[in-house]
Amino acid sequence: MDVMHFLWLVPAFPLAGFLLLALLGLRLPARAIAWIGTVSIGLAALVTLWIGLDFLQQPPAAGHYRQVLWTWFNINGFAPAIALYLDPLSLVYIFVITFVSFFIHLYSTAFMRGDEGYPRFFAYMNLFVFSMVTLVLADNLLLLYLGWEGVGLCSFLLIGFWYRDEANGYAARKAFIVTRIGDTAFIIGLFLLVKQFHTLDIQDILSQAPQVWAIGAAGAFWVSLLLLGGAVGKSAQLPLQTWLPDAMAGPTPVSALIHAATMVTAGVYLIARMHVLYSLSPTMQLVVAIIGVLTLLIAGFSALAQRDLKRILAYSTISQIGYMFLALGVGAWTAAVFHFMIHAFFKALLFLGAGAVIMAMEEEHDIFKMGGLRKKMPITFWTFLAGSAALAAVPIITAGFYSKDLILFDALASTQGSTWLWLGGFIGAFITVLYTFRMVFVTFYGEQKKVIAHDPERETAMMIPLMVLGVLSIIGGWIELPHAWAHFTPFSHFLESCLPATQLKAGVESWELWLQLLTAIMVIVGIYWSWLAYVKRPALAYQLKQTAWGRALYPFFYKGWMFDQLYDTLLVKPVVWLSRIDRHDFIDYIYEGFGQLNIGINKVFSRTQNGYLRWYLLCVVGGVLIIFSLILFV
Amino acid sequence: MLTDILTILFVGGLLCWLIPGWSRWIATLAVGLDLVLAISRWWPSAHTAMTGKWIVEEQYAWMPSMGASIHLAVDGFSLLMIVLTLLIGLLGVWISWHDQAIAEKRGFFHFHLLWLIGGITGVFMAMDLLLFYFFWELMLIPMFFLISIWGGEQRKKASIKFFLFTQLSGLFMLIAILALYILHGQQTGQYSFDYAVLLGTSLSPSLAGWLLAGFLLAFLVKLPAFPFHSWLPDAYTQSPIAGAALLAGLMSKTAAYGMLRFALPLFPQAVHAFAPWMIALGVIGILYGAKLAYAQTDLKRLIAFSSFSHMGFIVLGIFSLQELAYDGVILEMVAHAISISGLFFLVGMLRQRIQQTNLDAMGGFWEYMPRMGGIAMVFVLASLGLPGLGNFIAEFLILAGAYQAHVGWTVLASLGLIAGMIYSLVILQKVFHGKTRQALPGADIKPLEFLVMACLVVVIFWLGFFPQRVVQAVDPVVKQLKQISLQELPAQQAHQVFAQSSISTNI
Repeated sequence: MDVMHFLWLVPAFPLAGFLLLALLGLRLPARAIAWIGTVSIGLAALVTLWIGLDFLQQPPAAGHYRQVLWTWFNINGFAPAIALYLDPLSLVYIFVITFVSFFIHLYSTAFMRGDEGYPRFFAYMNLFVFSMVTLVLADNLLLLYLGWEGVGLCSFLLIGFWYRDEANGYAARKAFIVTRIGDTAFIIGLFLLVKQFHTLDIQDILSQAPQVWAIGAAGAFWVSLLLLGGAVGKSAQLPLQTWLPDAMAGPTPVSALIHAATMVTAGVYLIARMHVLYSLSPTMQLVVAIIGVLTLLIAGFSALAQRDLKRILAYSTISQIGYMFLALGVGAWTAAVFHFMIHAFFKALLFLGAGAVIMAMEEEHDIFKMGGLRKKMPITFWTFLAGSAALAAVPIITAGFYSKDLILFDALASTQGSTWLWLGGFIGAFITVLYTFRMVFVTFYGEQKKVIAHDPERETAMMIPLMVLGVLSIIGGWIELPHAWAHFTPFSHFLESCLPATQLKAGVESWELWLQLLTAIMVIVGIYWSWLAYVKRPALAYQLKQTAWGRALYPFFYKGWMFDQLYDTLLVKPVVWLSRIDRHDFIDYIYEGFGQLNIGINKVFSRTQNGYLRWYLLCVVGGVLIIFSLILFV
Repeated sequence: MLTDILTILFVGGLLCWLIPGWSRWIATLAVGLDLVLAISRWWPSAHTAMTGKWIVEEQYAWMPSMGASIHLAVDGFSLLMIVLTLLIGLLGVWISWHDQAIAEKRGFFHFHLLWLIGGITGVFMAMDLLLFYFFWELMLIPMFFLISIWGGEQRKKASIKFFLFTQLSGLFMLIAILALYILHGQQTGQYSFDYAVLLGTSLSPSLAGWLLAGFLLAFLVKLPAFPFHSWLPDAYTQSPIAGAALLAGLMSKTAAYGMLRFALPLFPQAVHAFAPWMIALGVIGILYGAKLAYAQTDLKRLIAFSSFSHMGFIVLGIFSLQELAYDGVILEMVAHAISISGLFFLVGMLRQRIQQTNLDAMGGFWEYMPRMGGIAMVFVLASLGLPGLGNFIAEFLILAGAYQAHVGWTVLASLGLIAGMIYSLVILQKVFHGKTRQALPGADIKPLEFLVMACLVVVIFWLGFFPQRVVQAVDPVVKQLKQISLQELPAQQAHQVFAQSSISTNI
C-alpha cells in the first residue's frame, strides 16, 4: 500500500470540516463545533506527518509524487487538472500549515468560547486551511489560483468576522480589494503563459521555459513581473502592503494563522515555485530583492512607532516577509523557505501570546496601558520572550538566528548579492531588535497598569500551543546549521531536488563567522538600548520623541510612511468621485432626450390640429407661397 | 419531442389561465415535465461525442410557398440552453409561490410566464430564420405584460421602454432576414428561410456588413451591450422576480445564442471586420457597467447593472474569435444565468420581508438571516468571479482566449475583475453586515426558498468544478465556430470550410 495515495486526504479533511460546520453549524453545540473544527485539522496534520515520514524514508523515484483527481476541463489539449503535486517544497509547506493550524485551532477553542459566531469562525478557519493546502499542493497554476483566491476570501471573511462594526468591514474590504489588484496582475500572467505554452502545468512550464526563453527574454520578464504582482499583494510587500496592518481587525488567532504564519507567505511560495522564470529574468529577480529590502526597512521603522500590540506584530510580519523576498531575490531559495518555516513558528507564537495578553487586558491593545505582566502571566511571558528572541535573532539559542543569519550571509555572498542589499538587511535586523524588545519590555516589565480580568493561563487549550510553538522557536533552527561551524544542513539538502542551491561568490566562506559575530554584537547592543530606553530610564524614549527629528518622524512612521494617505488621494478618491458623477448613466439621457424630443414634436404638431379653418387656409397658402418661391427663385 | 416541449408549455399556460386556483401546480407540472424531457436528451451529449449534427430534429410544413417551415433542431448547445431556461423557469414559479405581488390574477401571471418560457425555448430550437424571428417576437409580448401588470411602481414607463427598444431593434433583424432570403433566392432560385440553406450565401463585403449590422443590432440591444443598455435598469428593476430572473438570466442569453448560432456563421467575413469595434464595446460595457453598479443605492438596480457589466465579457468573448473564448462564452451564458437568477431571487426574498429594495434600509441582516446570508454570499462570490464557482472558469476562458488576439483590450477587461469585486462586496456588506437596522425575527429562509436556492448553489458549484460536461456537450459547436476564426480566407472559401465542417460532424 502506497501511503502517497492518501495525499488527497490532506485537503479533504479540512474541507469536510468546513462543509459539516457550514451546513449544520447553527444546530450543533459548541463542544461539537470545537471538536469538528480542530480534529479535522489534526487529522490532516497526522496524514501529512505520515506521508512526510514515508517521503523521507523512501523518496519517490522521480523526486515528487503527482495525484490526479480529475480533469477540470479539456479544450483542445489545454487541460488543467484537479491534481496534487507533492515535492519537498510543498511538503515543507503543508507540514507547517497543518501543524501550526492545528495548534491555532486548539487555541481558538478556548479563545473564541462564548462568541455568537463560534460555528462560523471554525467553518471559515477550516475553509482557509483547505484553500491554503490546495494552493500549495496544486500541480497547475489554475488550481493554485483557486487556492490563492480561496485564502483571500477566508482572510476577508475573518477580518470582517465581527461584522457589526463597520470599521472591520472596511478593513476586510480593503484587504480583499488590495490583494485583488495583485491577483489581477497574476491572472494576466496566467493568460500570457497560456498563450506561450498552451498549458498551466507548473512542471511543464518550468521545463519548457528555458528552451523558449533565453536569459533576459522579454516574455520571462513580463511573466515574472505579473506573477510578482500577485505575490506582493498576497505577501503585503511594497507597494501593496497597506492592507495588512488594518487586517488586525480580525480575531487574534486569525492574525496568527492567516496574517502571519501561512497566507501572507503564499507570495514567497509562488516565487520559489516558479523560480526558473525568475532565474531567466535577472532584472526581475533584482527587483524582488530590492522590494524585499525596501519593505523590510519601511515596515521595521513603522513597527518602531506603533502602540497597538497587534500592529507592531503586523508590521513585523511585513518586514520579516521582506527578508524572505530578499532571499528569493539573491537566489537563496532554500534560505527563504527556511525563514518561512521558522517565522511561522515564532510569529504564530507571538500573536497567540498577544491574544492571551489582550484577553487578560480586556481587549486593550495599547502596550503603554499594559506593563508588569511578567510575574502575573509567567507562561505567556516566557513563551513570548522565546518568540521575541527568535524574531530578534538572538544568536545561537534561537531558531530565528539561523534562518535570518543565512539570509544576511547570502545577501552579501551570493553571486546576485551585494553590499547594499546586505546593509539594508543588517540595518533592518537592528531595527527588529529594537522594536521587538521595546514591545517585550513595555508589555511585561515596569509597573502593572491594569488588573487581569480573565486569566488566560488557566486555559490549557491556550497554553499548550504557546509552549509547543515556544519550543519550536528555539530548537527549530537546528536542522540547518551555518557552514562556518558544521556541515549539518539536512533542510537545504532535502529541498535541493526542487530548488537549486545558492550560488556563492568565490572565497566568501570565511566571511560568515565574522558576519555572525557582527550580528551577535548588534543584537546585544539593540537589546541593551531597548532596555535602557524602556526599563532603566523611560524618560530617554520620551526625550528622543521630543527632538525635532522625533516629532517629524514619529507620526510619519506611525502612519506607515503615509502610504494610506497617498493611495487615498491618488486612487480611492478619484474612483469614488468617478462613481458619484453620472450616477444615473448619461447614455440614458440621450435616449430619454430623444423620447422627450418626440413628445415635443408631437405637441407642436398636435397644436396645428386646432380645428380653425382660417388657420388651415393660412397654412395652405403659406405652403404654396414657399413652394413657388423655391421653384422660381432658387 | 421538441414540439412536445413547446406544446406542453403553451397548453399548460392556457390551463393556468383557465384554472387560476391550480395555476402554480399546473405550471410546476408543465415546466417540470419539460425539464425532465430536456435533461434526458442533453445528458448523454455531455458524456459522449455526438454522432450527428443534431440530437433531435423535426420539420413540419408551415408556408411551403414561401420556403418557410417549422424546422426545429437542437444540439448539445441549444439543448443546454433549453435545460437552463426550464430550470430557471421552474425555480421562478417556486420562488413566487407565496409572492403577494402576484397574488392577484395569479393564473394570468402563470399564463404569461409559461408563454415567455415557451418563447425563449422556441428561440433556442428554431432553425428556420422566419420561425426564429417569430419566437424572438413571441418572448417579447408576455414579458411586456409581466412588467406592465405585475411590475413595480414605474412599471408603465419601464415596460414601454423595454418594448420600444427590443421591438425596434428586432425590426432591423427582420429586414436583414428578408434581405438575405431575397438575395439567396436571386442567386440560386431557391427561396428558403432555412438556416442550413442560407449558410452558403455569398455576399459582397459591404452587403454582408449591412446584414450583419441588422442582426447585431437586435442582439446587442437584447443582451444588452453598451450603448444600447438604457432600457435595462428600468425593465430589470420593475419586473416581478421570476420575470427579472428570466429576463436577465435567459432572454439576454438568447442574444448571445443568436450571435453564435446565426450572426457568426452567416456572415463570417463581415464578423472579422466588425470584431475590433465589438470588442471595444464589450470592454467599455464591462467597465462602465461596473462603475454604474457601484454607484447605485438600490439593490435591484445594482444587480441589474452588474448583469450589464457581465454581458460585456460575452461580447468580448464572442468577437475575440478564439476557441477558448467560445467555450468561455457558453459557460458564462450558463453560469451567469444561474448567478443572476440567484441574486434576483435574493432581492425578491428580501423585498417580501422588508417591502423595499433600497440599500440604505438594509444592514446587519446576518443576525436574523444567517442561512440566507450564507447563500447570498455564494452568489456574490460567483458574481465577483471566485474560483470554484462557474463564473470564474467562464471569465477565465474568455479572457485567456481574448488575450491570444488582443492583449491591450484584455488587460483593460481584466480591470473589470477588480471593479466587479468592489461592487459585489457592496451587496454582501451593505445588506448582511454592519449595524442592525431593523429587527426581523424569524425572517430566515423558508423551506421552499431554501430548495430553490440550493438548486442554484449546487449547479453553480458543479459548473465550477466539473465544467468539462458542458465543454464536452458544446464541443461540436465550438469546433464549427473555430472555423470562422480562420483568418484571411476569401469569402467563398470560408463558407466552404464551414460547410465541410458541418458535413464532417454529420458523418
